[in-house]
Parts: sequence; structure tokens; C-alpha cells
Amino acid sequence: MNKTNRTYVRVAVLGLLLVALVFALYSSFVKDPNAVKVGGDAPNFSLEQLNGPELALDDLKGKGVVLNFWGTWCEPCKKEMPALQEQYNKFKDKGLVVVGVNIGEAPVAVEPFVKQFGVDFPILLDRQSQITKLYRIGPIPTTFFIAPDGEVKEIFIGQLNEAMIADKMSKILPK
Amino acid sequence: MDQRKCECGHTNPVGTLLCESCGKPLNVEVYEQTAFPDMRYEGMARRSQTYTKKWIDRIWNYFSSVKIAIGIIIVILVASAVGTIFPQQQYIPVPVPTEADVARFYTDTYGVLGTVYYGLGFHNLYSSWWFVTLLVLLGTSLVICSLDRVIPLYKALSKPRLNQHKSFLKGQKLFAEGELAPDVDQAELLDSSALALKKKGYRIFRAERAIMAEKGRFSRWGPYVNHIGLILFLIGVLMRNIPGFYMDEFVWVREGQTVAIPDTPYYIKSENYHTEYWSEEEMPAKLELNGGVIPKSFQTDAILYVNKNAEVPGKKPDLIEVQKGPIIVNHPMMEGDLAIYQSGVQEMQLGALNFVLVDVKQGNKELGPIKIDLYNPAAEQEIAAGIKVRVLDYFPDFVMGKDGKPATQTNLPKNPMVALEIVDESTNQNEKLVYLQGSVLTQKSDGRFGLVFKKPDLIDISGLNVRIDKAVPLIYFGAFIFMIGVVMGFFWQHRRVWVQTQEGTVLLAAHTNKNWFGLRREVDGLVEQLKLPVTVEEKTKA
Repeated sequence: MNKTNRTYVRVAVLGLLLVALVFALYSSFVKDPNAVKVGGDAPNFSLEQLNGPELALDDLKGKGVVLNFWGTWCEPCKKEMPALQEQYNKFKDKGLVVVGVNIGEAPVAVEPFVKQFGVDFPILLDRQSQITKLYRIGPIPTTFFIAPDGEVKEIFIGQLNEAMIADKMSKILPK
Repeated sequence: MDQRKCECGHTNPVGTLLCESCGKPLNVEVYEQTAFPDMRYEGMARRSQTYTKKWIDRIWNYFSSVKIAIGIIIVILVASAVGTIFPQQQYIPVPVPTEADVARFYTDTYGVLGTVYYGLGFHNLYSSWWFVTLLVLLGTSLVICSLDRVIPLYKALSKPRLNQHKSFLKGQKLFAEGELAPDVDQAELLDSSALALKKKGYRIFRAERAIMAEKGRFSRWGPYVNHIGLILFLIGVLMRNIPGFYMDEFVWVREGQTVAIPDTPYYIKSENYHTEYWSEEEMPAKLELNGGVIPKSFQTDAILYVNKNAEVPGKKPDLIEVQKGPIIVNHPMMEGDLAIYQSGVQEMQLGALNFVLVDVKQGNKELGPIKIDLYNPAAEQEIAAGIKVRVLDYFPDFVMGKDGKPATQTNLPKNPMVALEIVDESTNQNEKLVYLQGSVLTQKSDGRFGLVFKKPDLIDISGLNVRIDKAVPLIYFGAFIFMIGVVMGFFWQHRRVWVQTQEGTVLLAAHTNKNWFGLRREVDGLVEQLKLPVTVEEKTKA
């Protein structure tokens, strides 16, 4: 083997190994490529509504969507619920919708809760926590603010107050 | 200058230790074995070590060093050991839903060391960027070290040297020289040596005044075969990061329930769960179990469905059965690359409460049974003609909230509280009853309706581990190749014996890469059989 050939072979072998290194590093940094990220699209799903027909996220395209994951056992969710309802009343005519996703509870447990807080935005029942897993929900409440084109603008983990909700909602209103 | 000429006339590449043609040591005039070059790569020029002109050659030479390889291995070993000091993230015993909770756990539990441990990524060792980098560097070192050695070795072994220079023979660890009587036919001596060695399983190369006998050459390839196995293994590990190649999920499924398997179009239903125990007759000796039992098998009878409606997650599924059968520990249900393992159970969990509604005013006359499914209580059920039971409130895991109102701690029925309303439409009577912790609270002290408790429905919940690992065949194949390489290198030896006649003397030399004792016995046997006038010396390297 002459010198030029040797260099080519070395470049090829080292290049291949470099590709392996880049791939390995990439996959160690991006642990969960399917996770929902700010700036990415909110994955579509469809769930049965409490006292209503099935609702798909894609049906709400063109509206700003506040997607709130909650459960009746969660104290901060309870505290946040009236604030969400209040802001929903203010923004619903401007092309915004709040969607509550209840995590794995029976309708008979959800209904009294919803009535107690006077919630009238759509409540979806994620009976098998499928969507909860899809959206990688850890602690609740977790709220996604989704722009009319389906892009996730913000993910907020924890209890929101009215001012925060109003501020974040105003950023996802259709133009 | 790129070449170096030996006195035999052959030109060798720079870096050659033993002449490719005659075997004479090139750099030094050696006549003593102590200064004789190493036989490892047959004295071939490892060219990688001789040119370091370009930056690419420098990188190449760096990885070609076995010292560097050993260094990388040691760093990996130390890192792996350090990774066992504190638990890995997946084994943290408390819930840590966010990354901040993970960091806090290590700091709070292990102090400053914990903070450092977390900061350096030891909590997720196998996927930390620097550990992955080390593994790729090890792979690089394996590939380059092997290439750099196997090629010169192959070249050297494929053209065996016959008329070796005397100093080559003299340099071998086993060497003997003796005067031949003038009446000895030298050609015949070589012929009979060849025959004797052939009987021992040697392959004979013959020249006019020399023979070279060789066996077990393939054992020299052992280490390289072994490295190919390791590289395949590493590629397999790396392949797990390709989307769709690897999945590890866990689902809980109650008896009678059908649940979606995350990230797949499949649903699984548990028809029944069953733990089998060893009976006393089956036990080899009488054990003092004090009433305890030893489980024999854990089994979920399951049905696997595929959802034809899987494009939109959460949409009402359209299920088609794909297979049905038992899932037992170590005997997973297989569907293509998907394996479903029995890996956990919660037995005898509350599934439904059973009551009989009675009319207290009519001497506890039974009106009908009530079943409250704790996972999905019916909002209203008709118990008897005109008598309905409604669920007003349901708290699966009851706790009295701080605001004095009932609440639930989780969405699992660990401590259910149900508020019922009983309506008799014929008399327009209604009464409220509350079930909590094994007792019933009534609205009125002299109410008409009462509840008689029946045995609740107890169900078993199976924990199923769902895995896809498409890299497994490659990983096993790599391990198998690795083993073949180890066996080749360990259980065979590359032995060579040279016999030459030169001007009335006979020269005998032998070399092996291991098991010198075995070689010595064969050489001694040869000397004895042919009555060669030599004494074999075994020299040791200083």
C-alpha cells in the first residue's frame, strides 16, 4: 500500500468511527426524542369528554389551546381551577379554549369536582393515562400553552395564578 | 529513506526488525537471544509506527498504542466502579418527577459528594456523554490496534521464511547446534525430520537444506477474531439508540382490564392472574415455614390486541386479537420483536364493593344487590323495581382535606369513600348513605334503607414489562464470536520448528507463542528419535 492510499484508508476508518462517536453523543444528550418540547408541535390525541363527544386536539387548530393536566387528588390543581375558569371566561371569545385533561379517574369522581368549581370548559377523561404518558407528565398540575398553529409555546409545571394565566394566554391568541 | 537492505539482498520497509526474507535481525548485530527482537509480529514493520507525518497519522498512531487501550479500559473500569457507590437514578427509592428533584435527592442524601456525583453524570452513568465517549474511544482503539497488527502479521505468516539466517535461529528460545558425522546424508536427515514432525501434526515447508514445520497457525488469529466480536458487541449497544430498536416499558393491568401499551399499537388484557405455590409433598425436605408458603409460578393469562385506530392516541380503539396465552416469569409473550414479561403483581386488591340493600322498616327485607365498581362506579343503577342507587360522590383514596371537606389522595381505590343516594320512585322517597372504612353512615337515624355488607370483589393486578430489543441478536452474536476468538487463542498454540544443515552442522530451533513445555517435549522427542547430535538449550530472556 502506498502512502496516499494509506492516508485515504485512515481517513475513512477514522471518519466512520467519528460518525459513531457523534451518533453516540447525540443519543446520550437527546434521551427522549419523542418528548413534547417548547417550540415543537403538540402531538395530536383524541379523548372522550365528560358529558360530551370525543374531542381531538387537531379539532381546535386555529384557536389558542391551554392544555391543563389535573386530578381531583391534587391540591394545587384545586386551587388553580377557579383561576383557569375565570380567565377562560375572559378569553374564550377571543379564540382561546381551555382543555382540562383528567388523569385516570372515573366520571363519578370527576363530575362532582367539576360542578363544585363551576368549570364549564371541556374536561377530557384520560382513563388509562395514555395521553398523560404521551405528554410525559410528571408532577401535576402541568399546563401546556399551545399556539393556534399547534406549536407548544410554553410548558408550566405547578400552580398558576390568574395574572400568570392571563399573561400566558395573551401570547397564544390567534392574530 | 523508505527501505533498508539486508545482507541477503532483500529490501525491507523501514521499521522491520527481522528481515522478511532470511529472518536476520536488521538493526542490531545480535547473536545472543537476550537482545533478540520480540517475535510477536514476526519482526514485521508496523508501518503505522514509522510514519507520523500528517495529523491523521498522529491520531492513528495514538489509538494504535496498546498502552492507550489499557488506559481507556482502566478509566472505564474505574468509572463503572464509581457508578455503583450511590444508586443510579432509576433506583432512587422516592419519586423524583423532575430533573431538579433528582439533583436535590443526591445533594440532600449524600451531601457534597452527592452533588459532585450528580454534576458529573454518575447518576446516569451508562448514558452520560463522557461514558459513551469512552466506549466509542475503546471501540476506536480496538479497530485501529487490530488493523495495525493483523495486516503485518498476516503478510509475515503467509510467506514463511525457510532459509533463515543463523542469527535468527540462534535468537530463538529453543536452539541447538551439533556437528554432523561426515557419513550422514544431510538430505535424508531432513527428510526423516520432516516425516517425524508430520506425524506430530506439523505442516512441512521444505527447501534444499532446510525445513520449517508449523502447526496451529490459526491460533494467532484468536485475538483479532475476539476483537471483531467485541466491536460487534459495541455496535449492538450503540444500535439501541436508533429509534424503534429499543423500548423498555412497564404497565399495570387489572384482571378484566384492557390497557394500551405505550408507544406501540398494542393493547393487552389480563383475563386472570394466578400465583401457584409449592405443595408440601413437592418439597424435598420438611421445611419450617410456620404457615408460610413458597411461590412456584406467577402467571397472567393475557390477550394481546392490535389497535387498528392507533394513529390518534387516546381515540376509541378498534381492537383485533393477535394472540392469547399465559405470561409466566421467564416465559414472555412474544409478538414480533415485542416481548411481554411477567414482572410484578399486586394481589387481592379491592376491585368492587358489594352490598345488599335492605328495607329496615320491613324487618330488613332484602331489596337487591348493589355493586360499586371502584375503578368505574356506575352513576346510577336500578336495584329493584322503582328503586335506584346513584353515586353522588366518590373518593377512591379518602382523606379529610385541610378545608374540612372530603378529598382523595390518589386515583387508586386504596381507601374508598362513596356517597350514595337511594331513590324510591314509587314513594318519591330519597335517602343518602355514605360508605367509609367498613361502615355506613346514614343521613337519618331512623332511615328506611340499610346496607348489608357482602364480600368485596378482590382482584389481582399484574405488572408487565414490555420490551423491544432488536440489538440482542447482534449482541449475542458478538459475544459468540468473542468466545470463539478466546478459545482459538487459548487452547491452540502456534508452534514452529526449524531444522537446517549448514556446512557439516545441524541447526535446530523452535518457537511457540505459549506452552513452551509442550513444544520442548516435541523437540526432545525429535532429537531422540533421529539421534541428532545436539543438546537442546532453553534460554530465558533476561
